[in-house]
Amino acid sequence: MSQTRKITYREALKEAIREALTENDKVFLMGEDVGRYGGAFAVSKGLLEEFSEERIMDVPLSESGFVGAGIGAAMAGLKPIVEVMTVNFGLLAMDQVVNNAATMLHMSGGQINVPVVIRMSCGIGKQLAAQHSHSWEPYYAHVPGLRVISIGTHEDARGVLQAALQSPDPVVIFEYTSMLNMEGELPEETIKVDIESAKIRREGTDISIITYGAAVNKCMEAAEELKVEGIEAEVLDLRVLRPLDEAAFLASVSRTHRALIVEDAWRSVSVSSEVSARITEKAFYELDVPVKRVCGAEVPIPYPLHLEDASVPQKKDIVEVVKKMIRP
Amino acid sequence: MKEFLMPSLGADMEDGTLVEWRKKPGDPVTRGDIIAEVDTQKGLIEIEVFEDGYVDKLLVDPGEKVPVGTAMALIRTGDSETGQEKEQGLEFPVSEKEKVVLQPTEEHFDEKPLPQKFPGKRIKASPLARRIAEENKIDLSKITGTGENGAIIKDDVNKAIEQRTAPETEEKISETLPEKEPEKIADSGKSIRMAVAAAMSKSNREIPHYYLSKKIDMSKSLYWIKESNKERSVQERLLPAALLIKAVAKSLDEVPQLNAVWENALQIKNEINVGFVVSLRSGGIMVPSINNADLKSVSQIMDSLNDLIPRARAMKLRSSELNSSTITLTSLGEGGADTLLGVIYPPQVAVIGFGGIIEEAWAENGMLGIRPVINASLSGDHRATDGLTGNRFLTILNKNLQNPEDL
Repeated sequence: MSQTRKITYREALKEAIREALTENDKVFLMGEDVGRYGGAFAVSKGLLEEFSEERIMDVPLSESGFVGAGIGAAMAGLKPIVEVMTVNFGLLAMDQVVNNAATMLHMSGGQINVPVVIRMSCGIGKQLAAQHSHSWEPYYAHVPGLRVISIGTHEDARGVLQAALQSPDPVVIFEYTSMLNMEGELPEETIKVDIESAKIRREGTDISIITYGAAVNKCMEAAEELKVEGIEAEVLDLRVLRPLDEAAFLASVSRTHRALIVEDAWRSVSVSSEVSARITEKAFYELDVPVKRVCGAEVPIPYPLHLEDASVPQKKDIVEVVKKMIRP
Repeated sequence: MKEFLMPSLGADMEDGTLVEWRKKPGDPVTRGDIIAEVDTQKGLIEIEVFEDGYVDKLLVDPGEKVPVGTAMALIRTGDSETGQEKEQGLEFPVSEKEKVVLQPTEEHFDEKPLPQKFPGKRIKASPLARRIAEENKIDLSKITGTGENGAIIKDDVNKAIEQRTAPETEEKISETLPEKEPEKIADSGKSIRMAVAAAMSKSNREIPHYYLSKKIDMSKSLYWIKESNKERSVQERLLPAALLIKAVAKSLDEVPQLNAVWENALQIKNEINVGFVVSLRSGGIMVPSINNADLKSVSQIMDSLNDLIPRARAMKLRSSELNSSTITLTSLGEGGADTLLGVIYPPQVAVIGFGGIIEEAWAENGMLGIRPVINASLSGDHRATDGLTGNRFLTILNKNLQNPEDL
């Protein structure tokens, strides 16, 4: 086993940006307060001093404007990393993302690629109330032409950006504010991750827990608790929400014959709806129990901590549902 | 509430005359009970009910002749009186659908015996459990589920596979049959003739037959029968027919394309139910089915024959014995013609024919000897299979009859 080091999720993201800026002159970071302020969540703190104002670019408060500018820069041959402070404000740039970034290759008859990387903070769990607590990955995962990545582990926090910058087409990356201070282990050597495939974070034989984003960690903890009870849960991190790595979760379900999908997002018309549908379409005869889901409650996320906790899946919810599925 | 419909006892049946109700309103019924006696072209048939519940209302009077698919009675299927309301809510769409499918407008092969296809109680089982059960020929209705809300799950089926001993279909046949007087049959000879005529005309009109035949050395099989009969009482003695049925059923396991029906496409059947042609003294034939013949031992098949043949001749067969066969076997027995080329009973796709066993000069390995020989033939539906499939079947059949101890 190689050497590992302790690192926060925030620091892993920063290392990835620093590495990209160092290795490729065409890469630059743009976003609200990414420069002098160091980023709304301090992910880019110190980078302005290390690089230049040209590479770490503060932009005006206009999501539609600066995301559009990033798309233009990508079309012109640069490699912009556009930071949208949070997914809440991402809606303001939705037109640019859906109508320009995602469609340009098609509209130009295959002549113009848009290799833009758009990072967004996302998620629920810091008592930020209804307008700032969102798990809106499904909106973006709905759009053909985008590649949508959800960073649920330290490994991906460190490795996804590098792979995203290799993509000739637009990549939307979701990072989770609730995980920024979380410490994790990373190997000393460089990490290579791909943005094509889902990843099994924990192997198991009794049930496939399919998840992504901030829920990955909760599922891992739930799996540890279930192990004590003699239940071996497999945890599959979807990681790529579009295009879905269907082969990975179908194979997992074909081994365990039980599927639980866990996500923080609202239940209806979500990533879990899509995964569930594909399992029943393509692995129906492997199922020994109905597919189940543990999802976010369909309410504006409340401010009080106990209500906020109750509105997104928690470890105990996952454990309870798994136990019911295995020992009814 | 469920409707009890006039069942179809074969592609050629269009209607039936109610002779007698065996149940009256208020009587409890369980799946498999004889509810009525119906006069058909095939004689007086006891009709089974496929629901658990209570007879609510009888809709047809004795003496009435009604088309296949007509509602004859209403069966209350709720567990209790309160369950009734819920059932009624479901009643409309279900029965409408059944009516549409069943409407006996013209001779249509997809008028299947519906009561069997829509059993009253739906079995709750996981897709995986169903798949495993199907692959292993496990009857889900005999399993108690341990899953959510009593659903049958993989573990339950696997347990049943482990516990499987003798095929349970046997007990169905040995169920005591209610005694009844054989009458009203006198004029049924003519109608049976008409039924055979209709089915065979249809077959000849629509099915492009191909024929293959193979001479099979029966010395090993006959020796095996002789040896096992030494240990049996006179009543228990085996006849070659039982061995032939078993050999055909076992061969079909390897060539499932012939154990099928043709309904716009080849539909392979899971159960191997061998229809055995019984000729009637009054003329005409009946074809009772030996269900799951591949799972039965030769003696169990012999028992079935001993039970079925006299009842077929007395026209005391039950509806489920007449409409379940998936292939037909016809055997001439001793001293008749050498070869029999059969006509397929639609919608099946094959009929296996056996001539009489005769002694013949038989050359093998450059030597000449005298052997008991049977001429096995296969008439196949060329829409469904090709000669190569039939050829394979006859080859496997020959192999099986050379190893009777493995049957």
